[in-house]
Amino acid sequence: MIDLSRRKLILSGVAATAGVSGLGVAARIAQKYGLVPPDHGGIYGLGETLTYASQRLLTRHSLAREFPRSQISKPPLANEIPPLNEAFKRLQAGGFADWRLSVNGMVDRPAAFSLTQLKSYPSHSQITLLACEEGWSYIAEWIGVPLSHVLDVVGIHPQARYVVYFSIDPDWWESIDMADALHPQTFLAYGMNGNELPVGNGGPLRLRLPRQLGYKSVKYITHLTVTDSLKGFGKGLGSASPEGGYAWYAGI
Amino acid sequence: MARLGSVRVPLGVRVPSSASAVPATTVSSRHSALVRVTHWITTLCFFALLVSGVEIVISHPRFYWGETGNVLTTPLFKLPIPSSRALVPTGYGYVLPDQNGWSRYLHFQAAWIAVLTGLLYSISGLFTGHLRKNLLPREADLSWRAFSTAIANHLRFERPSEAEAWSYNVIQRLTYLFVIFVLFPLVIWTGLAMSPAFVSAVPATVTVLGGQQSARTIHFFVSLSLLLFLLVHVVMVCLAGFRSRMRAMITGRAGTHMERA
Repeated sequence: MIDLSRRKLILSGVAATAGVSGLGVAARIAQKYGLVPPDHGGIYGLGETLTYASQRLLTRHSLAREFPRSQISKPPLANEIPPLNEAFKRLQAGGFADWRLSVNGMVDRPAAFSLTQLKSYPSHSQITLLACEEGWSYIAEWIGVPLSHVLDVVGIHPQARYVVYFSIDPDWWESIDMADALHPQTFLAYGMNGNELPVGNGGPLRLRLPRQLGYKSVKYITHLTVTDSLKGFGKGLGSASPEGGYAWYAGI
Repeated sequence: MARLGSVRVPLGVRVPSSASAVPATTVSSRHSALVRVTHWITTLCFFALLVSGVEIVISHPRFYWGETGNVLTTPLFKLPIPSSRALVPTGYGYVLPDQNGWSRYLHFQAAWIAVLTGLLYSISGLFTGHLRKNLLPREADLSWRAFSTAIANHLRFERPSEAEAWSYNVIQRLTYLFVIFVLFPLVIWTGLAMSPAFVSAVPATVTVLGGQQSARTIHFFVSLSLLLFLLVHVVMVCLAGFRSRMRAMITGRAGTHMERA
């Protein structure tokens, strides 16, 4: 039997009101502190927001695990890549001498960097695990320049909130928040396991983001834009992934 | 006024459900409202996690031990199923459609709801005494004799006694405790151990398991154990009396008299 008394009804009403307004306040606070992902709409918005918000609070400064050289996967895996377009093949024929990474948006000094310029900056390396959302993984040494160094060179505006990055493949673009963009292990990688970065692994230039799954580490990077809002990019969901049904944030 | 089905009935008036008189046992409920609500939310989440988990596994039906594993490394074992990725050598001549996008969204959403529901259940269970009274084995249960009687009754598929419609026997208690406090925490832990962001903050989550691929393999086996539990659970509910047990978990009324009527 349903056992309802007036007191219980009033109490449940108060609790429900408190719950709903509590959620409203939580949503406001989350928005203010950048804890709401751009693909928060739709039926999976609750789970996405909880994942992104909790992981962002927990991992703002944490470092991805690094491994000893002996744990580097041999032979290195090169995942399936989309067919490379004419623009890529032309640059490849020229030994990537004309490859440029253009950087614009909320920056003081928009610029276009050649690979030689990027390699002239202090080179860093990390031996980290690349995990694919499918379930496989491998460990490699990644060599490159931290994205934060390049962002320092162009001078980002204080209101910058996201970095959007584009592959030479026009259907492939992603974005990350500033916590990831300025993270010391977020690289513009041009080398792997002591050599040039092979084309199969994203050479000549790939974004390397070891705290998120492989699909955020976009291959063949040609362009970066610094922005305070993702609304103007594609369908406004943050990157190509949510447009294809995949989560924008891939920390899990 | 409360709604019961489509008939409006005044509160406090019992609807006679059969010719027999309403027994005193319907006064208190077999399962508290909180247990019933959390039970069914968990059921929904379990099915969502199961379906989406199967879909995710299909994209790479190979399992490994240690930190790394991919198509170039020797697997611990492979599932004899086709894959949703062309790169995986399965021996099948076709590739299934990619369902990972929504599967991953649904998996994590259901995981969040299941975890929050589980927390609500465990914390309230501590305060209300539900865990102590209903799940911890009773003192009388903790003899070999009581234990072997319970096992023998199960093996003989004996119908549970009237009293058992009102409380769990020792095997149920131990099984539920194992599922709630061993399998659920383990499946959450191994799931988090696969998250590159989470393990950057808490590396021990994955290192004590032997690596990211070990975590994935354990996650698979714990999920299988939970599925096995579900199957046995449903079979036992059917054997004990599907209608009475379902009624008890939905409405809270035990009403074993109905079964015998």
